[in-house]
Amino acid sequence: MTLNWPILSVTTFLPILGAVLIMLLVRGNEGLAKGTARWIAFWTTVVTFAVSLLMVWRFDASSAEFQFVEKQNWLGVASYHMGVDGISLPFVILTTALMPLCIMASWVSVQKRVKEYMIAFLVLETLMIGTFSALDLVLFYLFFEGGLIPMFLIIGVWGGPRRVYASFKFFLYTLAGSVLMLLAIMAMYWQAGTTDITVLLKHGFPLGLQQWAWFAFFASFAVKMPMWPVHTWLPDAHVEAPTAGSVVLAAIMLKMGGYGFLRFSLPMFPEASHMFAPIIFTMSAVAIVYTSLVALMQEDVKKLIAYSSVAHMGFVTMGIFAATTQGVAGGIFQMISHGIVSGALFLCVGVVYDRLHTREIAAYGGLVNRMPIYAFIFMVFTMANVGLPGTSGFVGEFLALIGTFRANIPVATVATLGVILSAAYALWLYRKMIFGALKPGLESMKDVGWREAVIFAPLVVLTILFGVAPKPVLDMSAASVAQLLDGYNKAIAVKKTAEVVPTQETSVSTAR
Amino acid sequence: MNELNTLQAFTPLLPEIILACGAMLMLMIGAYAGERSGNVVNGLCIVLLLVAGAAIVWLPGGKTTMFGGSFIVDDYARFLKLLTIAGSAGALILSLNFLSREKLAKFEYGALFILSTLGMMMLISAGDLIALYLGLELMSLALYVVASYNRDNAKSTEAGLKYFVLGALSSGMLLYGASLVYGFTGTVSFAGIAKATQSGASVGLVFGLVFLFVGFCFKISAVPFHMWTPDVYEGSPSPVTAFFASAPKVAGIAIFVRAAIVAFPGIAHEWQQIVVFVSLASMLLGSFAAIGQRNIKRLLAYSSIGHMGFALVGLAAGTAEGVQGVLVYMTIYVAMTLGSFAVVISMRRDGKLVESIDDLAGLSRTHPTMAFFMAMLLFSLAGIPPLAGFFAKFYVFLAAMKAGLYTLAVIGVLASVVGAYYYLLIVKIMYFDEPAKGFERMPVLLRLVLGVSGAINLLFFVYPAPLLGAATVAAKSLF
Repeated sequence: MTLNWPILSVTTFLPILGAVLIMLLVRGNEGLAKGTARWIAFWTTVVTFAVSLLMVWRFDASSAEFQFVEKQNWLGVASYHMGVDGISLPFVILTTALMPLCIMASWVSVQKRVKEYMIAFLVLETLMIGTFSALDLVLFYLFFEGGLIPMFLIIGVWGGPRRVYASFKFFLYTLAGSVLMLLAIMAMYWQAGTTDITVLLKHGFPLGLQQWAWFAFFASFAVKMPMWPVHTWLPDAHVEAPTAGSVVLAAIMLKMGGYGFLRFSLPMFPEASHMFAPIIFTMSAVAIVYTSLVALMQEDVKKLIAYSSVAHMGFVTMGIFAATTQGVAGGIFQMISHGIVSGALFLCVGVVYDRLHTREIAAYGGLVNRMPIYAFIFMVFTMANVGLPGTSGFVGEFLALIGTFRANIPVATVATLGVILSAAYALWLYRKMIFGALKPGLESMKDVGWREAVIFAPLVVLTILFGVAPKPVLDMSAASVAQLLDGYNKAIAVKKTAEVVPTQETSVSTAR
Repeated sequence: MNELNTLQAFTPLLPEIILACGAMLMLMIGAYAGERSGNVVNGLCIVLLLVAGAAIVWLPGGKTTMFGGSFIVDDYARFLKLLTIAGSAGALILSLNFLSREKLAKFEYGALFILSTLGMMMLISAGDLIALYLGLELMSLALYVVASYNRDNAKSTEAGLKYFVLGALSSGMLLYGASLVYGFTGTVSFAGIAKATQSGASVGLVFGLVFLFVGFCFKISAVPFHMWTPDVYEGSPSPVTAFFASAPKVAGIAIFVRAAIVAFPGIAHEWQQIVVFVSLASMLLGSFAAIGQRNIKRLLAYSSIGHMGFALVGLAAGTAEGVQGVLVYMTIYVAMTLGSFAVVISMRRDGKLVESIDDLAGLSRTHPTMAFFMAMLLFSLAGIPPLAGFFAKFYVFLAAMKAGLYTLAVIGVLASVVGAYYYLLIVKIMYFDEPAKGFERMPVLLRLVLGVSGAINLLFFVYPAPLLGAATVAAKSLF
């Protein structure tokens, strides 16, 4: 497979190009300017998506190696090294696929400073794609942290009434987690002499460094994921962010944490991961049950979905650190599925919010009378959120649970409770909002328009398609997952023999 | 023939000679042309600085020592001199419009800048304690005068006086330290001191070292010798504050690093403890104390205290990587500082300068470009990638991690998170708040400075190789 143009860099930096175009071409913020900014942003994201699909087409799923690799000298310490494998490519596609929908979802609801809004989203897209395709730790950190700036502005400028609090909390929480990771990256550099991920994956760090570095990376990814008890920024950020901002946060940015665990924690610090897996299991189990219970008590739709996100991410961390084929594959699948479903749910909230300008659950009721199509769409995603067989939500949760059963039965049992609880809050929400008598003030609600229908159509199709035939996603990552776990199990095995050997020696010496 | 040889021997001194003679010339022009010549002379001073900078670039590389080792021209000195000149020239460019608006355009202003810069260059090249002191005093005396340059303004006068009294005290301490070092080693040259302290230090020498470092810390406003900074920053005319925050800091850090690395390598363990403490204290105080500030100049004063703490992290490592980190840090710091002061100086409403951060409210709507550049500078000051400020912090902490200073690194990065809070606060005011009345149109020269500094800041990550390469070469020349 020879490539004469750097397809991955093109995918990554196309959105920035679009942002520059908007910056140069669009003057002012009135009628025509708004339209131009929207169209440029829309076409940029569509073209980016098309280019990224080209990658899927050329991608060789049978190989676990990094593909579309590009390498350039850059910082001396670090190099510009990009590439994707079966673990990162699904996330790249998820990002590029959701962005056009986000732009469309903001078409009418964002009327204030449209130009800046579109620029922020396009810059954010570049940074997110970069995060998933960076093959150098410093480069990864650059993209990972850089995303904070546009997201901070998106929440703060176009957000709800408590946007200032939410944006600060989001920024400072994530930053505090990440700076420790930066120090760990430096320590790894001095240990291994490079920050190249492909080299570091094979390096084999000493146990002491593994433990510290594992915790430093954990601090960053646990906040991003977010795991209980550092999840508190998420409900605030989700609630205050504009619809498209919530979608990006829930669907893509949360996945950076899970991706980080898969890319760094598990393969680079296998022994530490094995050692600290019980911590992750406990935190995941608590997250699944506790945040589901919290979700039951919410009065704000967005907050409810936000807490349900935390619970669903609990399945992901649990599956990843179970370190079984099913667990890891389930974790990846759950992330992709959650990306589609939670994104869609936030878009559903956006639809009614645009009409009524409130997110209070109590304000809604009986929507099925006025909005039958909306009720159907919302139902599909609610069921997927619950994990009903036949939807994508089921596959991920099921695989993650099976994988965990093989590693730790009590945790898996507790986590299964979460499935029931998720049914409880999701169905409760659905009944309150959609069924019952039509609440006063909702008589004039219009059903979804064509623009909204176009946004939801692909998401509905994908949710059901992946629920019935999850094979494409699972196949894409299978080879990489197998290689990851192979290395992991070898490292654990070496460690176990190393523990056994000295005891034999001591027993020999005492026998003498 | 002989005379020619002697003259040739002075060529490495050419930039300093240009500045020294130039300063006299400027004073003559000013004196003969009278009051009206103010900004013309100041403009000529910028040209003079650029010529001196060109001379530095043009002169051949390598290491030369002159006057029996008291004046050293090496890659390290060249790098920092260029940076100082850039800082001074930048501050002068920021001044021109301000001076004519405030009716302060007098020719002495530029000449004082030149003399101060000359002192800094002397300081950067100092190879013994005498040259060090001479450079330091030349720099400081000119600074005291420009601090109180707006002499009809009580705050400005107060700033100058405060700076002078405390500066004199610190000079005294430094001199006392120098005399102790001389007393216990029997030499004033850095190389000689290094030889004498190879096998460790006596108590007296350590005392001397401490006093010497106190003097340096005062000049770069590191905690606990930072008290003067907020008051002097607030009181001085804004372009002068921009000058204080850039060039003298570079020179101060330069001599701090050179003295520590070249003169006291034998007792590195002793001075490392001091630097670690000063660095920690500066980072923490800079981060926490800035939170409550409402005046943007005071806020930037605390911010600069914090930044000196971060730069010293590199020195604390005491390695070539550390020095490289310091150099990268200072370069990016100067760029960021000049850019943010370009914004501060253009905060002019109804003909009057305003200095409260609340005056920036809604800047993103009244002046979108200015707000964008300022926001990026603030994110950069906070150290968020991919902006230049991130790389500055990256290299110093990288060196600290190698040197095993884990506690310093962890507390340092956490302090940077606290620091991010107040930078974000300004971004919030500019972007999230309802607009206040707009400022006057930003003068062209200020736009130029803001544009250049913004471009460096935003695009550094695209092509970082030249700066990194130059800093590596410069750092190596000290070891």
